[in-house]
Amino acid sequence: MKFDSLLDTVGGTPLVGLPRLSPSEDVRLWAKLEDQNPTGSVKDRPALRMLVEAEKDGSLRPGATILEPTSGNTGISLAMAATLRGYRLVCVMPENTSVERRQLLSMWGAEIIPSPAEGGSNEAVRVAKELAAEHPDWVMLYQYGNPANSLSHFEGTGPEVLEDLPSLTHFVAGLGTTGTLMGVGRYLRSAAPHVRIVAAEPRYGELVYGLRNLDEGFVPELYDESLIDARFSVGPRDAVRRTRELLELEGIFAGISTGAILHAALAQAAKAVKAGERADIAFVVCDGGWRYLSTGAYEGTLDEAEARLEGQLWA
Amino acid sequence: MAIEVRIPTILRTYTDGEKSVTGEGGTLSEVIEDLETNHPGIKERLVEATDGQSDLRRFVNVYVNDEDVRFTGGLETSVSDGDQVVVLPAVAGG
Repeated sequence: MKFDSLLDTVGGTPLVGLPRLSPSEDVRLWAKLEDQNPTGSVKDRPALRMLVEAEKDGSLRPGATILEPTSGNTGISLAMAATLRGYRLVCVMPENTSVERRQLLSMWGAEIIPSPAEGGSNEAVRVAKELAAEHPDWVMLYQYGNPANSLSHFEGTGPEVLEDLPSLTHFVAGLGTTGTLMGVGRYLRSAAPHVRIVAAEPRYGELVYGLRNLDEGFVPELYDESLIDARFSVGPRDAVRRTRELLELEGIFAGISTGAILHAALAQAAKAVKAGERADIAFVVCDGGWRYLSTGAYEGTLDEAEARLEGQLWA
Repeated sequence: MAIEVRIPTILRTYTDGEKSVTGEGGTLSEVIEDLETNHPGIKERLVEATDGQSDLRRFVNVYVNDEDVRFTGGLETSVSDGDQVVVLPAVAGG
């Protein structure tokens, strides 16, 4: 395969069967390997699309400064695209994210403004909105509310999965900005309305939920609950356990959030087996495990891994 | 029918600092009513009435055995002995 530039390689990722994790011939699991995007995560899709759309509508001009609140992956994707297209990037990132993500962001040329660990990404969003008000010339692409985020999945991820797997019965992905599920969900609601759309959201330690009051809570502007059918909260223990199973049984070295998604996918598989129904369950591998090695999730017992992840934004 | 309800930091002022309390009832709505008798004020933080209809507050997520109740019947989601209810504020990911 030949491409004109790295940016042209975004998307078109493999969908891989998981013969050892699938419970039977009739109930099968399929992994959409989004870690095989150029910077190694699913976020290359929305990042590039948000940038291209902002160029098209004129809000992003040559030499501009882009601002984005991110726990890491979106920032890394934007940093790569911004470098290739000649923009400066400023990322607001919570302190309790892995050191690899911070290093990668710097390597790709982004400037990082840390936000307090307490309150997690909510704080990053708040700080970024303040900065945007102080610097009206900066362009905040704002992944939580930018329709180009879900559009990248509506036109890319969704059609790719259905084309590779016309017998699809379930689609399972993580819920952060909600972009993947909103885009794929909207696509499948019309193209294959019988497909069950399932969300897995990470359940962090208490520090991350340390809001001062409930009105500081946050629901991304993109979120439309009618586009999903079920939503599961998955803690670090189950996420790490599944991440390790994916590695040991199928050879896929994924990040911790993928373990949370696999946990929800396996629950759907168990349900189908119990009901005696056929199922083809596709789920998203968001990124590889490389950028989480320092968290300690991949060594020692589950108890040790769980303890090390306490207070960290592991997804 | 004892249902364990895990309370987020921000609402522990209503539970004397307890992380986890127990409630009784066959539905989430009944469990919340029962919590209110032992921990007055907590119901108002979880539930609001709009157009005469009670619903969970926008930034409150409630899970029964890790599944978001907004997809399983909302406040009328049935619960049974041994189920675990988790209350969490809605936070950003990404």
